[in-house]
Amino acid sequence: MSAEAPARRADAGTILEVEGLSKRFGGLVALSEVHFSIRRGEIYGLIGPNGAGKTTLFNVLTGIYRQDAGSIRFEGALLAHPTPDRIAALGIARTFQNIRLFANLSALENVMIGRHVRTHAGVVGAILRTRRTRAEEAAIERRARELLAYVGIEKRGNELARHLSYGDQRRLEIARSLATDPRLLALDEPAAGMNATEKLELRKLLGAIRADGTTLLIIEHDVRLVMGLCDRVLVLDYGRNIAEGEPRAIQRDPRVIEAYLGKAPERGAGA
Amino acid sequence: MDTFLQQVINGLTLGCVYAVVALGYTMVYGIIQLINFAHGEVVMIGCMTAFSVIVALAGSGLPPIAIVLLGTSAAVPVCMIVGYVIERVAYRPLRNAPRLAPLITAIGVSIVLQHLALLVWSRNIIAFPQIIQLKLFRLGHSDTSAAISNVQVAVIVASVVMMAGLLLLVHRTKVGIAMRATSQNPLVAGLMGVDVNRVISFTFVVGAALGAVAGVMVGTYYGIAHYQMGFLLGLKAFSAAVLGGIGNLAGAVLGGILMGLIEALGAGYVGDFTNVCFLDKFLPGFSNACFASPESSLFGSNYKDVYAFIVLILVLVFRPSGLLGERVGDRA
Repeated sequence: MSAEAPARRADAGTILEVEGLSKRFGGLVALSEVHFSIRRGEIYGLIGPNGAGKTTLFNVLTGIYRQDAGSIRFEGALLAHPTPDRIAALGIARTFQNIRLFANLSALENVMIGRHVRTHAGVVGAILRTRRTRAEEAAIERRARELLAYVGIEKRGNELARHLSYGDQRRLEIARSLATDPRLLALDEPAAGMNATEKLELRKLLGAIRADGTTLLIIEHDVRLVMGLCDRVLVLDYGRNIAEGEPRAIQRDPRVIEAYLGKAPERGAGA
Repeated sequence: MDTFLQQVINGLTLGCVYAVVALGYTMVYGIIQLINFAHGEVVMIGCMTAFSVIVALAGSGLPPIAIVLLGTSAAVPVCMIVGYVIERVAYRPLRNAPRLAPLITAIGVSIVLQHLALLVWSRNIIAFPQIIQLKLFRLGHSDTSAAISNVQVAVIVASVVMMAGLLLLVHRTKVGIAMRATSQNPLVAGLMGVDVNRVISFTFVVGAALGAVAGVMVGTYYGIAHYQMGFLLGLKAFSAAVLGGIGNLAGAVLGGILMGLIEALGAGYVGDFTNVCFLDKFLPGFSNACFASPESSLFGSNYKDVYAFIVLILVLVFRPSGLLGERVGDRA
C-alpha cells in the first residue's frame, strides 16, 4: 500500500474526529450525539448490539446519509455534506455488511473501478484512444492485478464477481476499496459468515493493511477478532456512546455487559 | 428466391437502423431504468439537421459523399447537445422520483421536441435532395435478381462500425467499466469515486450521437423526413430493444435486426398469403372478392408497421425479459 503523506494534517495524530453526530429517521433516533476520534494508524473497533446505529454511522461517514446535527472532520478538514465520490476522493473507503460488488463485472474490473477516483483521463480520451488514456488504462489494470494478489485472489481476476466464493467476495470488496488509495478504510462486518480459517486469514490481511499505513475502522460482531485486532473500541447502544477504550477494559465494563446481556447483578458475564 | 433474398437485404438494412436506434434506448434503460421515449425525436432532429445542411450545400459543387458527411457531422453534435439537455433538465431532477414521473416526463419531452421541430422545419413532409446516385449491385446474372444498393451497403457498414465501436467502448475502456458499474449499483459506483451524474450524461450523449447517425441514414434511405417521423421509428426501435432484452447491448442489436427482417418479410409475404384469390382456394366466401379485385389482400404491405407491435406483444407475453435479457432478479 502506498503510505504517501497526506496533503493536510491539522493534528498529526488524529485522522477522523466526530462530534455530536445525530441522525434520526422520522421518530427513530438512530444516532444521538455520537463522538469519537481515531488516531492515524490505529485499528479502531465499533461494536454494539443489533440496531445500535453502527451501520448508520458508516452511512453518514461515507456521504450516503446526511446527518441532522454534528460534525465530522477528516484530517482536520470539515466534511460538509459531501457526495460519495467526493468522500472517496478525500481518502475514505468502505465495504458493506451485505457484500455489494458489481456482480456482473469480473473481479479485475471491480477493482479497476476503484482506481477511478485516482485517475483522470476523460471521456474524450476514451473515445479518441489517446496515448495518455491507453497508458492510464494499462496502469489501472496493472495496479488492479497487484491488489488482487495482495488480498490473495489473483487467480480469480477474470471470473465474474458473483461466481466467487463468499470469502473471496469479501476479499474482493476489500481489494476494491483499497484501489481508491484510502487513508481510512471502514469495514462493515468483514468477518461475517466466514469460517475459522477464513477469519484467521482476514486477520492477517487487516494487519498487513494497517502495517502499510492505512487506518482501519471496523464494525465487527466476532468478539475474539475485535479483541485480538483492535487498539481501541467504541461501544454504541441505541445510537449513543456507552463506552470507549482498550479492548480489555471494554470487556469488563458493566455498561457494555448490560447492553449486550441485560442487567446481571449476580455475576458478571463476558461480553 | 429472388424476392426472398431481396426482402432479406431490405430487412437487414432496416434492421441495422433499428439496431442503432435501439442501442440508444437500451443504454439509457440499462443505466437508469428509464425508457427515454424522447429518443425517437432525437433521431428525427438528427435527420432534420442533416437535411438542412444537405439542402444548403446541394448546389455547392462538393462531392455528394462529402455533403452527406458534413450533414452527419452537423447532426451528431446537435443531437449530443439535445441529449445532454434532455437528461439535465427533464430527467435528473426526477432521478429519485417514483418511476412513473420520469416516464410521463419522457413522453412530454418527446411532444415538446416534435413541436420545436415543427416550428423550425414546418409540418410538411420534406423530401431529401437525391444527391447520391443510386447504384444497384445485382447478386445474380439476370436483371430480376436481388440487388443491393450503394446506400444500403453504406447503411449496413456504418451501423456495424458504430455497434462494434460501442461494444468496445463499453467493454474495454475505463469509462465503459464505469458505465457498467453505475448500471449495476450507482451508489457503490459513487463510493468508488465514479461521478455518477457524469456517467449518466455521457450515456445520453453517446446514445444521442448514435441516434443522429441513424436519423441521417433513415433520411438518405427513404428520401423523406417529417417532424413526426421519430414517433413510429422510436416505437419500433424500442420494441426491438424489448425483443432483444432491454438493457442488453447485444440484445438491442439482435432485436433490431430481427425486427427489420420481420418487417421486410412480413411486408413481402403476408400480402401474398392473405391475397383473396389465394385464400379462396382454402376457405369459403372469398370467391366474389377474388373475382372483383384479384390483386387485393387482407393484409397488404401497408400493414408492415403492425408487425413490430405484434412481435412486441408476443415477447411481452411469452418472454418478458427478451431474447438475451436476464431475469430481473439478477439486477439486484
